[in-house]
Amino acid sequence: MTDAKAKLAQHFAAAIPHAMALGMRMDKIGTGAAELSMGYDERFIGDPATGVIHGGAVFALMDTCCGAAVISHPGGGAGTATIDLRMDYMRPATPGQRIRARAECYHMTRAVAFVRATAMDDDEGRLVATATGTFTVERADGKEAAE
Amino acid sequence: MMRAKPEPVQVVKLRRDSALKALVNGVPYIQFLGVEFDRRGDELTAVMPFADTLIGNPFLPALHGGAIAAFLEVTAIIELAWTGLWEAMEAGRLDPTTLHPTHLPRLPKTIDFTVDYLRTGLPRDAYARARVNRSGRRYASVQVEAWQDNRARLFAQATGHFLMPEKDV
Repeated sequence: MTDAKAKLAQHFAAAIPHAMALGMRMDKIGTGAAELSMGYDERFIGDPATGVIHGGAVFALMDTCCGAAVISHPGGGAGTATIDLRMDYMRPATPGQRIRARAECYHMTRAVAFVRATAMDDDEGRLVATATGTFTVERADGKEAAE
Repeated sequence: MMRAKPEPVQVVKLRRDSALKALVNGVPYIQFLGVEFDRRGDELTAVMPFADTLIGNPFLPALHGGAIAAFLEVTAIIELAWTGLWEAMEAGRLDPTTLHPTHLPRLPKTIDFTVDYLRTGLPRDAYARARVNRSGRRYASVQVEAWQDNRARLFAQATGHFLMPEKDV
């Protein structure tokens, strides 16, 4: 990682209150790609019978990770917002394990970024969830890119 | 034959409210987000009071897309579970006084969930209502609408599919 990227990685989650509240950590930032993780926490349980983390918390991790991938893309702007995001929950994340998300911005136009992401726990061979979404590309001058 | 006297309204309300409370309080993540549910008859409205920890962009400021998605997913799951609970309760198959965080009906599992972000989430309270469009023995399809100041101006909507728990109540 370059110095600038290492600095971004260090401060990324801290700059986003909701990411902070969920204890997210940026593990890697590339070029149009990012990795974020979130530790197991009993406050995030969605199914009291099994202790499995709520889908909404995984959604928040994936959404943040996708946003980071967009910002890290060379064609990306100063900021981004989610237009839409679809999550597929393949299996419950194993209670007690850290959830790791990996997102890739695989295409970008002047106005729209296309992103896909995966989430896994310690069993890397079986994905916990996948996501696909579109994000806005906001230019540094504060205006949305012209069509 | 005389018809049974209707139950006093307070008794009915208390039974329904305590069943809803047991269901909602049983899920730690709902408490974490601070989401509450208003009930009018069988109709639920989810409320997410604004909190600084829900912010995703501190410069605008705007609610985090993940907090919005979680709010909508919570609304969909509680609506589905509540629909089943209501039917069992009204038919007398379920005694709501037996409900406890350690003894609750199994919750539906999310298969997929798609969120459409229509407008920036403002730093205000948010409201949501879910509609169960189809609920079969195994699968359910649910739609959720969320708004803030103005009911007609949705700031997010979602649609999701859920795997229903095996019927045991």
